[in-house]
Amino acid sequence: MLEIEALRFAWRGAPRDLLRIDALTIARGETLFLQGASGAGKSTLLGLLAGVLTPTGGHVRLLGVDWAALSGARRDARRAEHVGYIFQQFNLLPYLSVLDNVLLTTRFSPRRAEQAAQHAGSVRDAAWSLLQRFGLDAAIWPRAAATLSVGQQQRVAAARALIGRPELVIADEPTSALDAALRDGFMDLLLGECRAAGSTLVFVSHDERLAARFDRRLSLAAINRAGP
Amino acid sequence: MKHLLGLAARSAWARRGTLALVVFSIALATLLLLSLERMRADVRESFAQSVSGTDLIVGARTGSVQLMLYSVFHVGGATNNIRTASVDAIAKHRAVDWVVPISLGDSHRGFAVLGTTTAYFTRFQYAGHQPLRLMQGRAFSGDLDGLYDAVIGAEVADALGYRLGQRIVLSHGAGALPGAEHADKPFTVVGILARTGTPVDRTVHVSLAAIEAIHLDWASGAPMPGVVIPAEQARKFDLAPKNVTAALVGLKGRVAVFAVQRFVASYADEPLMAVLPGVALDELWQVVGVGEKALLGMSALVAIVSLAGLVAVVLAGLNERRRELAVLRAVGAGPRHVLWLLAGEGVLITLLGAAIGSVASVLLIAFAGPWVQTRFGIALRLAPPSAAEWTLLAAVLAAGVLASLVPGLRAYRLSLADGLSPKV
Repeated sequence: MLEIEALRFAWRGAPRDLLRIDALTIARGETLFLQGASGAGKSTLLGLLAGVLTPTGGHVRLLGVDWAALSGARRDARRAEHVGYIFQQFNLLPYLSVLDNVLLTTRFSPRRAEQAAQHAGSVRDAAWSLLQRFGLDAAIWPRAAATLSVGQQQRVAAARALIGRPELVIADEPTSALDAALRDGFMDLLLGECRAAGSTLVFVSHDERLAARFDRRLSLAAINRAGP
Repeated sequence: MKHLLGLAARSAWARRGTLALVVFSIALATLLLLSLERMRADVRESFAQSVSGTDLIVGARTGSVQLMLYSVFHVGGATNNIRTASVDAIAKHRAVDWVVPISLGDSHRGFAVLGTTTAYFTRFQYAGHQPLRLMQGRAFSGDLDGLYDAVIGAEVADALGYRLGQRIVLSHGAGALPGAEHADKPFTVVGILARTGTPVDRTVHVSLAAIEAIHLDWASGAPMPGVVIPAEQARKFDLAPKNVTAALVGLKGRVAVFAVQRFVASYADEPLMAVLPGVALDELWQVVGVGEKALLGMSALVAIVSLAGLVAVVLAGLNERRRELAVLRAVGAGPRHVLWLLAGEGVLITLLGAAIGSVASVLLIAFAGPWVQTRFGIALRLAPPSAAEWTLLAAVLAAGVLASLVPGLRAYRLSLADGLSPKV
């Protein structure tokens, strides 16, 4: 599903490579816990997986298609279609309602909108049922995202990443701003929904306590040969 | 693209406080540009229409602009008068339909006094062949009974609060010297002219005979010592003027205009000149029109400053919005979407500002127009935008779009560099 081959990446102007990964393959539906210290290049790797960044050398293939072989506009469209992304925080556009934030993905990808509608009847129904399953009450759907608590915001972000059943969900330390109780609830919901949707989950965190819940765990330091 | 425009609108609404100030400054710039342009066009219009229906203006040899200045605008003085005999000779030319002699030099509380014949009220026209109209009263009679009758322009009446029957005293010259008043021969206001938006509004009209009468006991610009001719006695003198300042000439047909102009220029008994009012007005505008360009330049600067404000505000807000742009990138927006989002916002703001400014300019002209007319004699018309105004509006919009591209391109570069992890 997701293949990395002889990947090299250096930021423009940087003296040496930040990432050198010989090979990494992630299977369809697999949940992967990727652990790494701050500044180890976790977010950069996720950018490469999502096709926002292109490698300096080597290949990153999603569903057999090399990101680097596509034009910028095609990469953006492909990301909208196949990838759901959750940030550490500030995931939502503060001026949009909760519902509109969830629907944002489907506005950029007709395919995701179609898939969402197929399973739930309509795109809105899909968003509603996702929000409900993430424990977000109908009363807050019309509210501006900025008025939500951090825990609620992260669950809205997860709903947005999952709408339309993308093949790949990428989460960049989504629980680091949550306290323990919220974190466990969030992890249950995220893992459950990914499994239900059949989505591959790449989850980055420095919090090793979460690793046990995943199919596979990897340390970035172990696969990255670039080293400091 | 439609949902991007919607996003731009909602994002802008979320930052409405700051953006409202930008809209306000763009609206103000548009208002200034449009109002100044309208005022410029209307000033020029009322200027160009100060005199109409008159084919030639005859006076002593001088510059055509100067002749125009004193004969039509009553500004400055004639270097020389012309003899009545010359005016009569011109009147006898077979191509000439009518001649109205005018005599200037006196004033009443800052307003010019014009001595003329009764024909002035039927022959003088302004703004596309509109004749003078009396709002109240009648024209002076032109005979000895009505020797001390005066007809005043609308602005004279408004400014000084004169009504029919008001007794007025004329001053010699511009009226700056104390004691140089024709106090012994007061006039009575018998007519008030309707407003024209031309120098006629600021003029006191009397008969040529009256000008003679008040100067009977004057010589070289001062009362003759020991000679006093009371008002009543003046009627016994010969009051036919020997000199006048200038003459308005109407022809039977426009084709003869250059023939008559040549006839006047080569008149043997006295050096004379004749100017075509339209041509001379254009020349005069070249002189006084410099100010309008300065005004237009100033308002262009105002527009540039407010557009610079637009760029500054959008750019300053860009850093706070890098998170927002990263979120959009994550859900599938490309750098070009980001560019459109920012540029779209700028365009929306410019459109809004320009629209508000245009409406404000229409309201300003509608409500302040009458006041400007009475205060400054400029007739501001409420009319659909002229070609020049459309051009200005288009220029504001085009400049706004260009200015919006600056933050748009910056955001484009930032979102390429940031990827999904904004460096904030």
